[in-house]
Amino acid sequence: MTDDVHEHELHAYVDGGLSEARRLEVEAWLAAHPADAARARAWAGQNQSLHAAFDAVLNEPLPLNLVRTTRRPVMSMPFKTVAAMLAMLVSGLVGYAIGLNHPGQAPAAPVYLARDAAIAHAVFSPEARHPVEVDAAHADHLVAWLSKRVGTQLHAPDFSAQGFELLGGRLLSGETGPVAQFMYQDRVERRVTLYVRRAVAGNPETAFRHATENGVEVFYWIAGDFGYALSGQIGRGAMQQLADAAYQQLVTVTVKP
Amino acid sequence: MRTRPDLIEHLPRLRRYARALTGDVSRADDLVQDTLERALAKLDLWQPGSDLRAWLFTLMHNLFVNQIRIRRPPETVMEDALDEPVSGGQMEALTARDIHDALARLPEEQREVLLLVGLEQFGYAEAAQVLGVPTGTVMSRLSRARERMRAMLAGGPAIKLKVVK
Repeated sequence: MTDDVHEHELHAYVDGGLSEARRLEVEAWLAAHPADAARARAWAGQNQSLHAAFDAVLNEPLPLNLVRTTRRPVMSMPFKTVAAMLAMLVSGLVGYAIGLNHPGQAPAAPVYLARDAAIAHAVFSPEARHPVEVDAAHADHLVAWLSKRVGTQLHAPDFSAQGFELLGGRLLSGETGPVAQFMYQDRVERRVTLYVRRAVAGNPETAFRHATENGVEVFYWIAGDFGYALSGQIGRGAMQQLADAAYQQLVTVTVKP
Repeated sequence: MRTRPDLIEHLPRLRRYARALTGDVSRADDLVQDTLERALAKLDLWQPGSDLRAWLFTLMHNLFVNQIRIRRPPETVMEDALDEPVSGGQMEALTARDIHDALARLPEEQREVLLLVGLEQFGYAEAAQVLGVPTGTVMSRLSRARERMRAMLAGGPAIKLKVVK
């Protein structure tokens, strides 16, 4: 083995852990010791290969069950939240869920739709650098891509009359499969998101519903095979207007053959 | 009540490490899920201001080790059987598949060190803290892991499949 350069230093050289001065000395040593140079090269190649093999995981859509876990209250769920959820359940969703007779698919129930949408909104809307995966400059590609992944022809509603422009979108993964999230922004950079995912088969269509999840207003509905949820923190009145516009545009599109 | 740290920003890297560690998508995400559960349950033990990422990786390491213990008795690794003659050490042509296979054949304790240092870019002392072993142990495991990888990858199909573009 090496006399002047310890093996630990070869590793530190590969991992960028040496001082500048020592790094130059080690480089000089390697120039004169080809066997060590080959080892160091191979180790550095391993680091590169590891990144090449696994860095793609960083860009995968985050599984919603993991995201939801990070958003879960730690010790005790606030009583208010529990009460609100219970109230919604009692108001007919229990019957709805039981009627489905598919306990494994319960997460598609509207109450989860609203909560997941609010979580996805809370996670991605504050992002300054990467709020969306595909920006609105590539709107056609965005809609085509998300449509393909979600499995239906999607439409990004036009909110320009309400002062919101499409910022872009991203793909998430949920229990019922892929989820599309469209993000809009107004002139003062307030953001709203539209969350679209496949609902449980045979789902009855629902009228507009409203929920507040951790301060995020959510308007949601089920039309056809899909659940839609519009989330934002811009006041209930403004949200209602956007939700009306989205509903009008999407339902019109859906009904047309 | 103190502010709760946001775990979500650590999800992508926890998932990457778990994927490389287990070699399996669903097993990896289960491990991440367990790690989050553990973190939420033990959040009171985390010192605000200390490195949350290192703490999360520590929790994951402990869970991973427990899983291995449950799955099977401590394995007797073929310590030297894998160290075949080394040729060249050309890494350019390695495919992700080669890397997956080679990682799977590393003893877990070496795989962890290699991934924490080479993929997750922890310093040696940080990796030692995550794994609960002395830094010297990290260095010797790293050395063995890298040489074993070099032996496996140099003798494997990587060379045969090498494509010169």
